[in-house]
Amino acid sequence: AVVSTQSTGISESARNLHGTDESFHPTRAPEAVVTPHTTEQVSAVMRICNENKVPVVPFGTGTGFEGGVGAMYGGISLALHKMTDIVEVNSSDFDATVRAGVTRHQLNDWIKEDGLQFPIDPGAGASVCGMCATSASGTNAVRYGTMRENVLNMEVVLADGRVIHTAGKGSRAKKTSCGYNLTNLFVGSEGTLGLITQATVRLYGIPEATAAAISSFPTVASAVETVVQVLQCGIPVARMEFLNPDMISACNSYSNLDLKVAPTLFFEFIGSPSGVEEQAQLAEELCTYNEGDNFTWATAQEDRTRLWKARHNCWYAVKAGYPGLHAYSTDVVVPVSRLPEIVEYCHDLAGEMGVPAPIVGHVGDGNFHCFLLSDQNDAVEVDRIK
Amino acid sequence: MASLRVLVGCKRVIDYAVKIRVRPDALGVVTDGVKHSMNPFDENAIEEAVRMKQKKVVKEIIAVSCGPTQSQETIRTALAMGADRGIHIEVPKGTEENLQPLAVAKIFAKLVEKEKPDVVILGKQAIDDDSNQTTQLLAGILEWPQGTMASVVEHSDGKLKITREVDGGLEDISVNLPAVISADLRLNEPRYATLPNIMKAKKKKIEKMSPEDLGVDVTPRLKVLKVVDPPVRAAGDKVPDVATLMDKLKERGHI
Repeated sequence: AVVSTQSTGISESARNLHGTDESFHPTRAPEAVVTPHTTEQVSAVMRICNENKVPVVPFGTGTGFEGGVGAMYGGISLALHKMTDIVEVNSSDFDATVRAGVTRHQLNDWIKEDGLQFPIDPGAGASVCGMCATSASGTNAVRYGTMRENVLNMEVVLADGRVIHTAGKGSRAKKTSCGYNLTNLFVGSEGTLGLITQATVRLYGIPEATAAAISSFPTVASAVETVVQVLQCGIPVARMEFLNPDMISACNSYSNLDLKVAPTLFFEFIGSPSGVEEQAQLAEELCTYNEGDNFTWATAQEDRTRLWKARHNCWYAVKAGYPGLHAYSTDVVVPVSRLPEIVEYCHDLAGEMGVPAPIVGHVGDGNFHCFLLSDQNDAVEVDRIK
Repeated sequence: MASLRVLVGCKRVIDYAVKIRVRPDALGVVTDGVKHSMNPFDENAIEEAVRMKQKKVVKEIIAVSCGPTQSQETIRTALAMGADRGIHIEVPKGTEENLQPLAVAKIFAKLVEKEKPDVVILGKQAIDDDSNQTTQLLAGILEWPQGTMASVVEHSDGKLKITREVDGGLEDISVNLPAVISADLRLNEPRYATLPNIMKAKKKKIEKMSPEDLGVDVTPRLKVLKVVDPPVRAAGDKVPDVATLMDKLKERGHI
């Protein structure tokens, strides 16, 4: 036997749990769940599955939005959450190596005392290796990039059980001009090329000062115009998010806030205390220039957490705000200059279809999510959404 | 604007996220090679002092830690968060487990004599021994008023208005200065030590002394007899229907 019976689950609840994520896709349960503790065990399991043509679906934290965990062809779910070691942290070199079960929160807790952070923030409590597999992005991609820019090396178990290191064993070089870029082949491979059992990622310093600001706007277009101008002015925003009125209402009820129900921009500025103030002032000027109002900003940790908690809980706020309705999450990226146009289009389209469509977007990247809500039981509606 | 001096305690404990293992001799937990950090409630205490300094209510923050050599790292974190200087009361490595609340309170009482602070802020309890005693013992020794489990602290005219978290809800009290406070989790959200501040903190002074230098006898009064893991959770019973469930609950005296 490769793994103990304790590490194998065939109960209905275990299987359902591992066939479900945060997406609207229905549960596709595997036939069994296997939970290894070491790379050797993962490799041995893969070898056996390969020989017997058993499909394998990797499972990290189940927090994805794209149905990545569904066992579409049956087989097993290979759950990696027991591999929880933080292998090494090199503070002066700004890199850390973690095993498959380590979540980004766990890593950040570990390194914060050294003044370091792993800033990629897709919202959920995802595992770092899961974030590699899905090329996770998030609210501060506009400043720190996505996983593509932040993974230095990975240990991957291939379909036949071979173990490889995408940048070479032990490598944590910040940059290289040699060899094929295997690391970036596997980042975003969605579990189709191998199981990521370990990753070495870039770390950053925790900024000296952080400020959060919000401003509401009379129209979607004026908010998005402001975004374009902020980028053109070179304000090095850490985060810049857009929420439409439907989303603001949902957040207000869910998180007990009283934000003005209007198209709203959320900003985060980082840097030195004077730098942050300068950025906020310039941003305020730009907002006002585009008829924005209620520009409020905060520096105290709790106030910033509160504002951003609203944004982080968007998904749950939407579900809570429209009970009984199913939310279909979309993920679109356009050139920033076309943003005003597409957000308006989306808004109008949803209006025409008669469905609520709260929108939240990482507008600094030209990326936004429109959550289309429908009654899952109304086949006509579901069809129209698709 | 008042210009108070604050003494804040910070203890080096096993990091809250670590999986604790009981030592083979069953007299304690494994600490060797295990990640340690500042006690979370002490982070709240330091943060509160720093905020009071930002509001210009406080002019000087002294961070104090009692423990082995590595406690200096904890003081450096406090300095990076905004404390002005530190005092390390050093005890030989391996004896820090025997530093009990009464001894620590006596050490702080001597430091109060020496540094003459207006306020002492401690974390409400340490997450390793969960005693929640040092603040109260210190207040008793000094005969100073105390505001424990503080979730709000406001200063005006030589008094502190404190909201305490108590079993029944919240209690508002007013204490005259000088006073001792213990910080609770909801008092504030502590800032992170940032790299620029960690670097600046290296230049701040840490004074080192031993309990003997202060004339304090730290011989423990309590002896640990045994440390054991909590009992392993037993498997539950599955019942076919609600009626059987109710019967079983009644059988076991739960309802």
